[in-house]
Amino acid sequence: MTRPVLEVRDLAVEFDTENGRVRAVNNVSFSVNAGEVVGLVGESGCGKTVTGLSLLGLVPSPPGEVVNGKILLDGHDLLKLNEAGMRKIRGSEVSMIFQEPMTALNPVLTLGYQMTEVLRLHKSLSKRQARNAAIEMLGIVGIPVPSKRIDEYPHEMSGGMRQRVMIAMALSCGPKLLIADEPTTALDVTTQAQVLDEIVRLQHQFEMAVILITHDLGVVAQTCQRALVMYCGELVEAAPIEPLFASPRHPYTQGLIRSIPRIREHKIDRLPVIEGMVPDIAALPDGCHFADRCNRVQADCHERSPVLTPSAEAGAVACWHPLEPQHD
Amino acid sequence: MTKPLLEVRNLVKHFPVRGGGFSFMRQQLKAVDDVSFTLLPGQTLGLVGESGCGKSTLGRALLRLQEPNSGQVFFEGRDILQMNRAELKAQRRDMQMIFQDPFASLSPRRTVAQTIREPLDVHGIGTSLERRKRVEELIELVGLRAAVLNRYPHEFSGGQRQRIGIARALALNPKFIVADEPVSALDVSVQSQVLNLIKDLQLQLGVSFVFISHDLAVIQHISDVVAVMYLGRIVEQAAVSSLYASPKHPYTQALLSAVPAPYPAAGAKRIILAGDVPSPISPPSGCAFHPRCPAAQAKCQTTEPQQTTLQSGGHQRHFTCHYPLGN
Repeated sequence: MTRPVLEVRDLAVEFDTENGRVRAVNNVSFSVNAGEVVGLVGESGCGKTVTGLSLLGLVPSPPGEVVNGKILLDGHDLLKLNEAGMRKIRGSEVSMIFQEPMTALNPVLTLGYQMTEVLRLHKSLSKRQARNAAIEMLGIVGIPVPSKRIDEYPHEMSGGMRQRVMIAMALSCGPKLLIADEPTTALDVTTQAQVLDEIVRLQHQFEMAVILITHDLGVVAQTCQRALVMYCGELVEAAPIEPLFASPRHPYTQGLIRSIPRIREHKIDRLPVIEGMVPDIAALPDGCHFADRCNRVQADCHERSPVLTPSAEAGAVACWHPLEPQHD
Repeated sequence: MTKPLLEVRNLVKHFPVRGGGFSFMRQQLKAVDDVSFTLLPGQTLGLVGESGCGKSTLGRALLRLQEPNSGQVFFEGRDILQMNRAELKAQRRDMQMIFQDPFASLSPRRTVAQTIREPLDVHGIGTSLERRKRVEELIELVGLRAAVLNRYPHEFSGGQRQRIGIARALALNPKFIVADEPVSALDVSVQSQVLNLIKDLQLQLGVSFVFISHDLAVIQHISDVVAVMYLGRIVEQAAVSSLYASPKHPYTQALLSAVPAPYPAAGAKRIILAGDVPSPISPPSGCAFHPRCPAAQAKCQTTEPQQTTLQSGGHQRHFTCHYPLGN
């Protein structure tokens, strides 16, 4: 039994908005084991990024606030830490990379300056040691001639290169957990393939756990061992990749998987769709939030909210009438 | 033999750029470089490629939203590049565009009705009453209720806004629409709704599309013919079934294999291209793809490949490669 690196229990995050207080993340619980890549999937506004940010204490406050829950990193609750304690964790124990590498890097500082900052802060290296370590990391993430590129500015690099620099920076202190928020969404498919490959390779090399936040189920299928599916701020399904894709239990997961346009051997006339649209989180319907769009809806779905219940094959589903698991 | 609706010959669009550093030499960025294709009535041509390959510039050049440098664009036999302003304005009734970003392409100060009505106003079509009827017809055609007409864009979700953009493009009953990444900004569950809508309209109204996307799965779903662009040129062009089943150009093959399949496939082999797309200001010598091509040979570095045309099953396919892949 591997011990979880990260355990999140009953996490709830609320935001003050013009329309009152809304709950962006509601009672989310999950764990991530060492050396595991877990996908956190959902459509825009489902709370996946907020969940990621809250793990690092980065939820903007105000308007945001973590109102409930525990975030246990190796058994220590991060929510109990003050800002100084959190700063020690960020970048050294837990790192994060973001979607848009151009905005995440400072355009007026060289890569070397930005990369050595983390190393000097967390590892108290000298300037020279930090520079050497940074050059080594750039080499590891596959940047050619790192000793030269380290003195360049972000605008001198392509999108894929910048994302590699972000990864190098995030990994330079050997974190136990990497949170990657849509790391390849801004990249072209060929570059996306390179960067995903890199993340998987480095994850093995550094034996770290990765939470990959994405809207792209294709990326999850190719990269992760397990996936968590979010809808309207809640986890609706959690399962290892194979059973999740072969036999999803939640109708939303099934709808999502079906509706992705995929390259097919034979063209089909119409793509399967999930009818309707995601409800406004400021005015969520009672009961199951997916009920209005669900093709398996029954009367009780509108009355009581389903809770995430463990099911077969190490999965869990929050649905009153889940799909039957299928076996080949 | 059906007459083509659109025939593009040797279209070129260069942008002048200032050289880097202290060089004040003007250089040319070849965004669209010698592109030719034909589009039959009712057909959809999918234009696919990575960012910066020139697909959007080509789409805009077809409508003269960006003036091409040279070449010919025949629309129903008349070269639109030779038209004067008045002729072009009249011609634009038949040629419309759907944009990528449904948040930027609708004026926030206009109601939905005003937005959809604008093309009718510009071209002075019908009486005020007839225009109102047409707007109601259009909004229902794209799957929204007439009750939304007095609302403003910010009240809608991305998918609904894109429907409004589609209604505006359809207002004049065009024969031809350039759709530039119309579903890229949408979530998957909404994306498939909008794709189905576009396909329905295509069948119902017989509109021809040039559909621009970086997403190969979307392109396969929507297109009859596919053109793959790399650094301003079409490197392969074929009927959708043959292109996906047996790509001839190594770039097409690499693109196809890079798409993450939405199911776990252990041991599936992906071709990972090395490096990035080179700068279109100084494209590599010979075949522009050779520095990244897994099948490159000495000849590819020196000699620019010419287009090969094959006849297969009543369709033509074109590719530009010295060493095309077998079946």
